[in-house]
Amino acid sequence: MKRFTAWRRRPWAGYAVVLAALAAIGVLYAGFTPQNDRAEAAGNAQAAEDLQNGRQLYNKNCASCHGQNGEGTKDANGKAIAPSLLGVGAASVDFQVSTGRMPAMNPGAQMPRKRPIPEFNVDVKTDYEEPEKREAAEKQKAQAEKNLADLRAYIASLGGGPSVPTAEQTDPDKGNAAAGGKLFRTNCAQCHNFVGSGGALTGGKYAPPLDTSDVTPTQIYEAMLTGPQAMPVFNDTTLTPENKRDIIAYLVKTREEPNPGGNGLGRVGPVSEGLAGWLIGLSLLVLAAMWITAKKPKKLKKS
Amino acid sequence: MSQTAPAAPKAIEGSLNFLDDRLGSTTFFKRNARKVFPDHWSFMLGEIALYSFVILLLTGTFLTLWFKPSMHEVIYNGSYTKLNGVKMSEAYASALHISFDVRGGLLMRQLHHWAAILFMASIMAHMLRVFFTGAYRKPRELNWLIGIGMFTLGMVEGLFGYSLPDDLLSGTGLRITQGVLEAIPLVGTYGYMFLFGGEFPEGDNGDLIPRLFTLHVLLIPGIILALVTAHMMIMWHQKHTAMPTRNQTEQQVYGYPFYPVFMAKTGAYFLFTFGVLALLSTLTQINPIWLFGPYDPGAISAGSQPDFYMGVLEGSLRIMPNWEITAAGHTLSLNVLIPALLPLGLVFGGAAAWPFIERWVTGDNRSHHVNERPRNAPVRTGVGMAAVTFYGLLWLAGANDLLAERFHVSLFATTWFFRFAIFIGPVLAYIVTKRICLGLQRKDAAVIDHGVESGIIVMSPEGKFSERHTPVKEDDKIVILSKENAKPEAPAVDASGVPAPGTKGPMGFLRSRLQRAWTFDDIPVEDKGHHGEHHEVEGAEHSGAEQKELSR
Repeated sequence: MKRFTAWRRRPWAGYAVVLAALAAIGVLYAGFTPQNDRAEAAGNAQAAEDLQNGRQLYNKNCASCHGQNGEGTKDANGKAIAPSLLGVGAASVDFQVSTGRMPAMNPGAQMPRKRPIPEFNVDVKTDYEEPEKREAAEKQKAQAEKNLADLRAYIASLGGGPSVPTAEQTDPDKGNAAAGGKLFRTNCAQCHNFVGSGGALTGGKYAPPLDTSDVTPTQIYEAMLTGPQAMPVFNDTTLTPENKRDIIAYLVKTREEPNPGGNGLGRVGPVSEGLAGWLIGLSLLVLAAMWITAKKPKKLKKS
Repeated sequence: MSQTAPAAPKAIEGSLNFLDDRLGSTTFFKRNARKVFPDHWSFMLGEIALYSFVILLLTGTFLTLWFKPSMHEVIYNGSYTKLNGVKMSEAYASALHISFDVRGGLLMRQLHHWAAILFMASIMAHMLRVFFTGAYRKPRELNWLIGIGMFTLGMVEGLFGYSLPDDLLSGTGLRITQGVLEAIPLVGTYGYMFLFGGEFPEGDNGDLIPRLFTLHVLLIPGIILALVTAHMMIMWHQKHTAMPTRNQTEQQVYGYPFYPVFMAKTGAYFLFTFGVLALLSTLTQINPIWLFGPYDPGAISAGSQPDFYMGVLEGSLRIMPNWEITAAGHTLSLNVLIPALLPLGLVFGGAAAWPFIERWVTGDNRSHHVNERPRNAPVRTGVGMAAVTFYGLLWLAGANDLLAERFHVSLFATTWFFRFAIFIGPVLAYIVTKRICLGLQRKDAAVIDHGVESGIIVMSPEGKFSERHTPVKEDDKIVILSKENAKPEAPAVDASGVPAPGTKGPMGFLRSRLQRAWTFDDIPVEDKGHHGEHHEVEGAEHSGAEQKELSR
């Protein structure tokens, strides 16, 4: 014991204890974490690869207008050709690319909705009879989904921004259609028409129709969240996520609802009704009038 | 005007005698049951309106059994679950109840609305027929005025009717009605408060919807019914005009007797009207109020249009520049006042004044019972087409957002197009129509002069080819020769230097100028009694007139 006590009082003893403790912690740490480290390294490699894929897709399809680093481009007069993508977020990318608006074909008053380019087209037919065809289609679809996700992740990595809503947030069955209808009429109908048949805006712009099934709940949510093109942003304080889900419920349930009174005539109001009244109603009656006042053939004239 | 009709078969005489024996009104029935009606498809257009009106009364009565004209606020909880828990007026809730819970309610609502559309459309078509054939001429000016009155009342009736369900679309229409009332100088605000019973939409006691209901189901239909009766009685008394056909003269009506032929035809036509309305109401949806939602002053929808007969007002409002005058603390809203009053005032006022203007200009005070072919009155037809163009362009302008959206053109471009087109379009329509009429007159003259082409090519002994013309058929000839050629203008002063009566003063000068414009380029169509000879119809005596027309 005497020897230990003597060593304890040596001048270097304190340093030795600290060193020993550090070494012990190091050994313990090394003992507990090596596997985590390896997994993280592997995950990082995969994420980097995905990000690289996103970057490549970006360079190939987007960079010519939006710039090498998503900073946007301007023409000689300083007028923006394409906006900066820093901070637009994954939701915006998902909306623009999945609706086919981006990559844009030719700049006009507004980018029209169109079929997405094959690289991002997740809406491919997969129900083939032949297994090899089905497999190819499923592979293509999976690739398109991955491409879209990678591109979203890449743009989000440039500056954050709103992310893609979850399935829970956009489920029409969880929303209140009656409340959604009220919100829709107050906030959306002035441009999109009362059931979302679309409407004209100033300067050649327009509010696109929302009453076809290819407009997905996710896209509707993203549009409200990010305010694409002429649309204002309805952030989560203006319309809470529940409000947004109610609006989705109203739109989806209304467009799926059959017209109880017969053909809906486009659900655009009295203009198409007037047209039908003249073209169908009055035309048929004029034909009837011509029929009953027609001159009788000579042989029947006696009657 | 005497009437000719073949002697009636025994069965018909028998049933008339039955009535005569009991009601003792032999002469009345004899005279009226055998009343002769001329036949032409365009004479049935007015009947569509009559029968639609009957259907409107019947279906409307059905709807009143369930409709609650009340602005009392309720929370909906019914069959249309997409509106459950939404606050709305009792009127809107009861309209939903009729649509979804009353047996046959939606069908009746749709029948009522389609009948209203057809009522107004057929009145428009009927009025155009009357105008373009000159059927409004003496002695029928009063019926023409009654017709314009009924059409105007029909517009108001329709506006009040589609406002009753108190949905978002109709509320928007009432909001515009409020704006129009308020734009009237001096009395506007008072008029608005008087009709609405306080501030829109509630009023002080929710008076608006009950008031509109009373006007819609009682007052206006009552007036229309009275006018319809007057219209029919005058028509019955004056007898129907006829198309210029064989056996038809100014003195004699040629056609079918009312009983039994015309009665069967018109009865069948009621069934046709009912059938077409039933077809429309079962196959096509109209005014889906459940999609519009209840009225809410904070909400508005794109594509908010009125029913078609108000479209012309909507259009003029949409293309009107934003002009306002503020003087001495008062605002004169020309941006609302002009579109609300001027275009329809021009069309309706012009239509009402037209028979009298025409009579004054042409100096024609005779009674007319045979219609004039549109080509034989080029100025009237031209003015009519100008009015149709004016009205039609404003009507289209009322749907400019839908036109822009469906045909992918800029909304602003449509506005500017219509702003210019309503001034240029009618002028162009007048010129084009008049030239077409004169061309048709020339064709008629040519047909009378050297017959119609037979399609047979003959070679003369010298080797010349020509087409043989055959004389026009007698029936066609009667139609063509119904044209009344313009008389040579009376000299401005007679041999003693006394000016002709009615040409003195500025009004006389205007009148003689207008009369010249009415007749100067008339192409005489007359049977000179030589057929088959080829010679130019447009002879030297007309070329002067032609030159004048072209150099204008």
